[in-house]
Amino acid sequence: MPRYLLALSLCVLTVPALAGLWNDPYPTADAGANIFYSSFSERPKHLDPVRSYSADEYKFIAQIYEPPLQYHYLKRPYELTSLAATRVPEPILLDAQGRRLPATAPPEAVAESVYEIEIRKGIHYQPHPAFARGADGEFLYHQLKSEDLEGRYTLADFPEHGTREVLAEDYVYEIKRLAHPESHSPIAALMFDYIVGLRELADTLKSAKTSGDNVDLRSLPLAGVALVDAYTYRIRIKGKYPQFRYWLAMSFFAPIPWEATAFYGQEGMARRNFNLDWYPVGTGPFYLAENNPNRRMVLARNPYFRGEPYPGEGAAGDAAAGLLADAGRPMPFIDRAVYTLEKENIPYWNKFLQGYYDASGVVSDSFDQAIQFDSAGEAGLTESLAQKGIALSTAVETSIYYMGFNMRDPLVGADTEQGRALRQAIAIAVDWEEYISIFANGRGVSAQSPLPPGIFGYRDAKQGINSVVYDWVDGRPRRKPIEAARRLLARAGYPDGRDASTGKPLVLYFDTPASGPDHKARLDWLRKQFDKLGVQLVIRSTDYNRFREKMRKGTAQIYQWGWNADYPDPENFLFLLYGPNAKAVSDGENASNYDNAEFNALFEQMKNRDNGPQRQAMIDRMVDILRRDMPWCGGFYPVAYSLRHDWVHNSQANLMANNTLKYLRIDPDRRAGQRVAWNQPVLWPLGWFFGVLAVFLVPAVIGYRRRERATA
Amino acid sequence: MIAYIVRRVLYAIPILIGVNLLTFVLFFVVNSPDDVAHMQLGEKRVNPQAIQDWKAERGYDLPLLYNGRAEGFRTLSDTLFFQKSLRLFLFDFGSSDAGRDIGHDIRQRMVPSLAIAAPVLLLGLWTNISFALLIAFFRATYIDFWGVVACVVLMSISSLFYIIGGQFLIGKLWHLVPISGYGEGLDAARFLVLPVIVGVLAGIGSGTRWYRTLFLEELNKDFVRTARAKGLSEVAVMFRHVLRNALIPILTGVVVLLPLLFMGSLIIESFFGIPGLGSYTIDAINNQDFAIVRAMVFLGSVLYIIGLLLTDISYTVVDPRVRLS
Repeated sequence: MPRYLLALSLCVLTVPALAGLWNDPYPTADAGANIFYSSFSERPKHLDPVRSYSADEYKFIAQIYEPPLQYHYLKRPYELTSLAATRVPEPILLDAQGRRLPATAPPEAVAESVYEIEIRKGIHYQPHPAFARGADGEFLYHQLKSEDLEGRYTLADFPEHGTREVLAEDYVYEIKRLAHPESHSPIAALMFDYIVGLRELADTLKSAKTSGDNVDLRSLPLAGVALVDAYTYRIRIKGKYPQFRYWLAMSFFAPIPWEATAFYGQEGMARRNFNLDWYPVGTGPFYLAENNPNRRMVLARNPYFRGEPYPGEGAAGDAAAGLLADAGRPMPFIDRAVYTLEKENIPYWNKFLQGYYDASGVVSDSFDQAIQFDSAGEAGLTESLAQKGIALSTAVETSIYYMGFNMRDPLVGADTEQGRALRQAIAIAVDWEEYISIFANGRGVSAQSPLPPGIFGYRDAKQGINSVVYDWVDGRPRRKPIEAARRLLARAGYPDGRDASTGKPLVLYFDTPASGPDHKARLDWLRKQFDKLGVQLVIRSTDYNRFREKMRKGTAQIYQWGWNADYPDPENFLFLLYGPNAKAVSDGENASNYDNAEFNALFEQMKNRDNGPQRQAMIDRMVDILRRDMPWCGGFYPVAYSLRHDWVHNSQANLMANNTLKYLRIDPDRRAGQRVAWNQPVLWPLGWFFGVLAVFLVPAVIGYRRRERATA
Repeated sequence: MIAYIVRRVLYAIPILIGVNLLTFVLFFVVNSPDDVAHMQLGEKRVNPQAIQDWKAERGYDLPLLYNGRAEGFRTLSDTLFFQKSLRLFLFDFGSSDAGRDIGHDIRQRMVPSLAIAAPVLLLGLWTNISFALLIAFFRATYIDFWGVVACVVLMSISSLFYIIGGQFLIGKLWHLVPISGYGEGLDAARFLVLPVIVGVLAGIGSGTRWYRTLFLEELNKDFVRTARAKGLSEVAVMFRHVLRNALIPILTGVVVLLPLLFMGSLIIESFFGIPGLGSYTIDAINNQDFAIVRAMVFLGSVLYIIGLLLTDISYTVVDPRVRLS
């Protein structure tokens, strides 16, 4: 039997040896192909642009769908530029009488903003059976019966595909889909407040659904959206809402052809997983060629893509970094992108080091293996990674993690001098620099305000420090000494962490969904921060559902939360503390339930104002109010670390843009050479294995024979 | 025997209803329909109306177990439990809360799970029995002693260590197989080498010790002494008498597992990127997808009942004295 095993082992191991590298996880035929290799860890829940709203979904659909606008790949600060539109639309501002106002008109004077969007001619959809027509011009797959669907489980089971040019009506169609009750669009409620007539359309659709009527969205009017001509449409927005342009850069406003919903809407289609949530129909540089989120997702070059040119301008230093070398060349540069499911960090990291993934983040388990800090605290690559030609890039994310107080709590949320002193004392005591160093491997910047760097309103250096918590010493912010926090605590009525009137220790509660050994170190660290003041912190761990319920009801006391920006505008951060958005009141995003009349009034004035000194002054005042009231006791802006091999070109961190795959260029020959150099099979362990096996077996065989002879 | 099988199948119905009810209660003790809706709709910018709409669309707005507003039988039938559970007994798993056809997903994921679990079981069985026979053959010698020591050492090591160690040595350092992944058709074989080796290795310690105990027990019985007295060789004694008579407890442990092979292994599939059923239930629990959870628990219960039935039937095959009645 061992001989057969040996033969089988040799067969298994010889076949790949003849075909290529033994540990190559990809088919041999793909070696040297112009393919980008990456991974994903979570199955994207939604690929329908009307619903998708998370990073793991945008990773795919941003390469497939083309909204009117996009973020410039290289310019900083982030800047909108045209994608499917011919130009970035400037809103026409109208007063209540319909008279045109200047672009600088204050928000209170504006009754409506009109965005006229002209899309490019010659944009075509990806190949898709929804467009396939027979010789008679009729759609081949729009009148399918249940029996026609037998045996069809992927789009490849529909042999005929077609395409057509994108028209303005497709963009209008998608805006109408936002209002459809079955779409469950996360931004529907927000857009009801802005797009004229969208709420009324939603009501109509809801009534039709209740009465069982089958409606064609094309036939329903939407008062605020009109076609100007085949390539131009107009959106009417209530009041002044400059942030609307940022929404036009998101997939919610990408075109959807009516043919797709007609195709997917047929009886039996949903049962077989044929829907827009699973099989997108886009116009972008790639289309989803394989959707198997249990194993891999494959994007392939859209044969009908128009060939957008690589940008010719960038930020300072981009030309020297080689990021403009492909200026003007038609994108995309790669033929396919293969994303493999990797749930665990260890195999993911090792495959990156073997050259089987082209780019990677830095996983915590391997941080020390990848990153080292110099004497100035600057992050760099370790020698072993640098020798492989791997490059590191870092960027502060447009996100914030923060610890907040529930301002409805009578103890920590009191709107009194004592309450403020208590919150300020805790803000000084909780050392976020230490937290970043211990738990984030230095990948973070302490937050001085809710606004991260790169967002209008952010102030850096001395001008930007939170003077309640920090001093400016030797050209950098330094956290105030713990004595300052103790003085504030005494002023709050808790000298040495005890109630001055009763002598009882001050006990506070931290509500968190974190529990178990993975989080113990963090929670212990947090307790120690409060210990510095003599305050007892009780951790109330629970599951996420209960935690969310506490937050919704406003019964938590101290909590930790985060926010990732939708768009690079201060409104998208400061609304996290706007009173009417209080989570306990309106289930909004103001998790602290902070409600300050002056802040609210300033926010209302600031949110729709154009960037400029006036807006900056308002933001400065708002930030000052927050520093005084301290509804958040600090936090940090995460810093993204990304690695790439030297065969990946044009890679630049852009934390607002998601459609970055088209810019990447791969050198497949370089990659193939490096893979061969790094992955030669090591055969001596096989020899050792069989040798050791023989060493053990020989005495056994001898012993067996001896025993057989003795028995005989 | 047919009457026995029919009776066992009928016994299974109340068991399955009980399992289904228990799953339902446990799931909704932890997750309310609002939580399920939140999970499907996401966290950002979801308002209470959207939650209500989603629940109404999916039938999660019904009372859980008893509908006080209805009358007659509808007090039970117009409930979430009744509406969501009835079709399971027709093996119609329906759609997940995310809208996927569960039956199709299970069929797709079953094959990769089986591709690992079957060779691990067969090779593991062969290896464990071989080692156990070898050790039993050399009982009370240094081979027996060091064999048992090796088994205890192998048993004491976490299965996670085998996985990470295997990936590190065989995949990363020696570059002999892909560290993780899966291929189409025959190409899948090279991805299975490492997980199968790890699966077999992780089970050698406990398996070998268990079978050694069974064999030693048989070795001390009278019929073995008689066989030796007849002049049979030790090999003939071991294979014809000891192994055959030890098959009943071996079958008890193995046959019951056969149907469950389809269900896959969570850790191995997760680390090796195998798109099997192992992580399907765990992912569903994490995503609070009740439709998948109830389908997988139901399927697991059915397969376990089938496994027990097959075990009973297999007794009659290996031991003619056993009769099912």
